[in-house]
Amino acid sequence: MRSHHDMGGLPAGPVERSEHDYALWEKRVDALMVLLSAPQRRLLRVDELRRNVEALPPDAYDRMSYYERWISAIANTLLQRGVFTADELGRKMAEVEARQETP
Amino acid sequence: MSGAPEALAATFAPGARVKVRRAAPPGHLRTPWYIRGQVGEVERLCGAFANPEELAYNRPGVPRQPLYRVRFRQRELWPDYRGAAQDTIEIEIYQHWLEPAP
Amino acid sequence: MTADSHRHAHDHPTRADDDDRLTHWQAMEIALRELLIAKGIITADDVRGAVEAMDARSPAQGARVVARAWSDPAYKARLLADGTAAVSELGIDMATTRLLVVENRPGLHNLIVCTLCSCYPRMLLGLPPDWYKSRAYRSRAVREPRAVLREFGTTLADGVELRVHDSTADMRYLVLPERPAGTEGWSEDRLAALVSRDSMIGVTRPSA
Repeated sequence: MRSHHDMGGLPAGPVERSEHDYALWEKRVDALMVLLSAPQRRLLRVDELRRNVEALPPDAYDRMSYYERWISAIANTLLQRGVFTADELGRKMAEVEARQETP
Repeated sequence: MSGAPEALAATFAPGARVKVRRAAPPGHLRTPWYIRGQVGEVERLCGAFANPEELAYNRPGVPRQPLYRVRFRQRELWPDYRGAAQDTIEIEIYQHWLEPAP
Repeated sequence: MTADSHRHAHDHPTRADDDDRLTHWQAMEIALRELLIAKGIITADDVRGAVEAMDARSPAQGARVVARAWSDPAYKARLLADGTAAVSELGIDMATTRLLVVENRPGLHNLIVCTLCSCYPRMLLGLPPDWYKSRAYRSRAVREPRAVLREFGTTLADGVELRVHDSTADMRYLVLPERPAGTEGWSEDRLAALVSRDSMIGVTRPSA
């Protein structure tokens, strides 16, 4: 069965030529990918990231933006590698979200 | 492990006719669906590279696989191809996805 | 940090993060980064440096390579024979990938796509445009490339071979466009100004 990301040759509409300036958070996602895969760290491989992107459910793959897919894949890869635990990441995300509430 | 090759020997020469295997294992594959089962011609050997299917699971992916660029005729790939007869497509394909074509 | 390091490259405006609520994924990015910094795996300076390095990359690098190839036949020959080595002469490091430069000629036009994800010669062209990563481009560029080219305003004669390259593995591709007529004797800087990102992907052709 064809995997959802493997889309070469499928029908599709016109190519939308509009482009967006990358937001800072998106550039930071890209930076994380570069830094973590660098030879001096080797905490993830691009191939692991791709596998995790490809494993997203089809509706999520389509709905998520490019860098949303990548941050999801970076998190999953680092969890798989044991760089941190799900509990650590979950607590830190909750803390980040709580900071927004504080005036 | 002494004696184990670091890279597999290349079995196809430029110009060889090759067929892309049909297979659909789970995991991370770099052979696109649309090219499986198709026949093309080796354009060049790129060298030997660690297998991305293994790298995707943080395994070393050795021995390194020969990687080829294979050329296909668009008219043979797509029954409804409306471009020119001489249009082609070239794709990088790892040796373990290729077999000799009749 | 010096004032220089806060200067944004004007060719790469960064869209300001929304003042509204963080999305789940934006919160994840912040949390990941802070965790990694707390664990001493990366530093905040590492992240800033990587973002700045990426901002410094733009299609201007690729255009310089093309202009050099147009001006210097010996360089062009080296570029076509071994793209990785030839661009390193100009200070461009392809890291773990290998560069293959494909030449447009009167009977041949090249087009680059990555149907499986978005592989792109970032060291030469910077970050890829959204459309290159889109479903429409990734699906149709291999199957109806001439129709895709027409959407970009490019029509090829019937006698021209359109060769599509699907970047599925470790190679990265740069199209070397044909040098436009009427540019004899131009300086490399003047030539480079003719070379757009889109012409190095292969969806357009330069003109003088």
